[in-house]
Amino acid sequence: MSSVCILDYGSGNVKSVFNIFSTVADHVVVSNEPEKILGASHIVLPGVGAFGTAMRKIRDTLPMESLEQAVLIEKRPFLGICVGMQVMASRSMEFGEHAGLGWIEGSVEKLDAKGLPLPHVGWNNVMCKQESPLLAGLGDAPDFYFVHSFAFHAENPQHVLATTEYGEVFCSVIQQENLYGVQFHPEKSQRTGIKLVKNFLSLS
Amino acid sequence: MKKKRLIPVLLLRNGWLVQSKQFRRYQNLGNPVSAVKRLSEWASDELIYLDISRDDTYDLRRDDLGHPNRHSLFEIIEDVSKVAFMPITVGGGIRTLQDIEKRLALGADKISLNTIAVEEHKLVELAAREFGSQCIVVSIDVKMTEDGYRVVTRGTTQVTTFSPQDWAKKVEQLGAGEILLNSVDRDGMKNGYDLELLDQVAGGIGIPVIACGGVGDWEHLAEALEQTGVDAVAAANIFHYSDQSVYLAKKFLFERGLNVRRPDLLAI
Repeated sequence: MSSVCILDYGSGNVKSVFNIFSTVADHVVVSNEPEKILGASHIVLPGVGAFGTAMRKIRDTLPMESLEQAVLIEKRPFLGICVGMQVMASRSMEFGEHAGLGWIEGSVEKLDAKGLPLPHVGWNNVMCKQESPLLAGLGDAPDFYFVHSFAFHAENPQHVLATTEYGEVFCSVIQQENLYGVQFHPEKSQRTGIKLVKNFLSLS
Repeated sequence: MKKKRLIPVLLLRNGWLVQSKQFRRYQNLGNPVSAVKRLSEWASDELIYLDISRDDTYDLRRDDLGHPNRHSLFEIIEDVSKVAFMPITVGGGIRTLQDIEKRLALGADKISLNTIAVEEHKLVELAAREFGSQCIVVSIDVKMTEDGYRVVTRGTTQVTTFSPQDWAKKVEQLGAGEILLNSVDRDGMKNGYDLELLDQVAGGIGIPVIACGGVGDWEHLAEALEQTGVDAVAAANIFHYSDQSVYLAKKFLFERGLNVRRPDLLAI
């Protein structure tokens, strides 16, 4: 039985993320309490907006010690969505340099859209680069819904599970052990989003 | 590659789902809550809800579908965001940043401004800065006049001095992320989009244009995507007549080889 804790730090898309997980999981909470985080089988970090603001709110409102205990030591499956993926990086260059959580080596940089409008908003396909249980059953190039201007540049190419093209080719799905991140919004990606959420919940 | 989009528009008037003809005649289609599910088909790429009520009193007379309460836009946003899992744009009656915040908090992803954008340019700018350009859509209603195309507001009663191209450029500068372009003359006429209008506006700006007004068959959707620079095709009335209408429209565009998402009933 999966019990999901969606980390509550004042991110704007919590409600949509809660709605989609609720259709799939038995037990879903939105919380920043240490007991709820340590009691969850799966942990989700939603995110919208600017990197610096998100990092400040995360440091101010989440119990980092419990979170790191659950995620880095006990290695429970973790999914970062959009800015929630980006904050796992070492640093970001959005509105000046900001330190990230530093869980996956890399930096977050502005998309080189080569003249296409930013933010990159809309349905785009995700090209799977490696086999992964997170992307199982989705085909080679499923469409997901994106809203972002910055992207994760992973230091180690082995961590890139899938890429997407918008001007440049960027990392749209990242993984390092139990840490997963998606640049798109599964909670807005209809059935492909639901499938990805189901896949995530099947990880142990 | 980023996909072109197909977007059903739902018009709400005094608490009921309606069809519109040239923004003047309205036909009641009934209960908006029960229509939500049918029109939230997976083949839709997004949904647009526009509340075109002229005042705040909701019509309580008809109760033919067993929902005793009136249906506010807020209830509808909440209901839809629990089942639809796709981007939702909400417009109508927005006057302040607080109005925008309330709609976003209920589950809307974007909001649409029309008359207020013309009358208070500053709101577009402030809204884009506060919530990000990606969630600010400016809806532009256009009518042909003796002086050529003109932007109209207040449900077409006010004719402004703006040409649609100039107004579109202006709202792009103000920070809008997208434009919903409606032809009042084509609304409900089923004779196809005003392709010249779409081409003029989409060709002059960098932000995406959503075409609306005049779709009478699926061919019209394809024409706009093939012959103009629009990023999305929207329609309202046509989607109400048959089962799986959005799916059939999407399938038509996909099989024509257009760059759209694969219609979902085929995919999974």
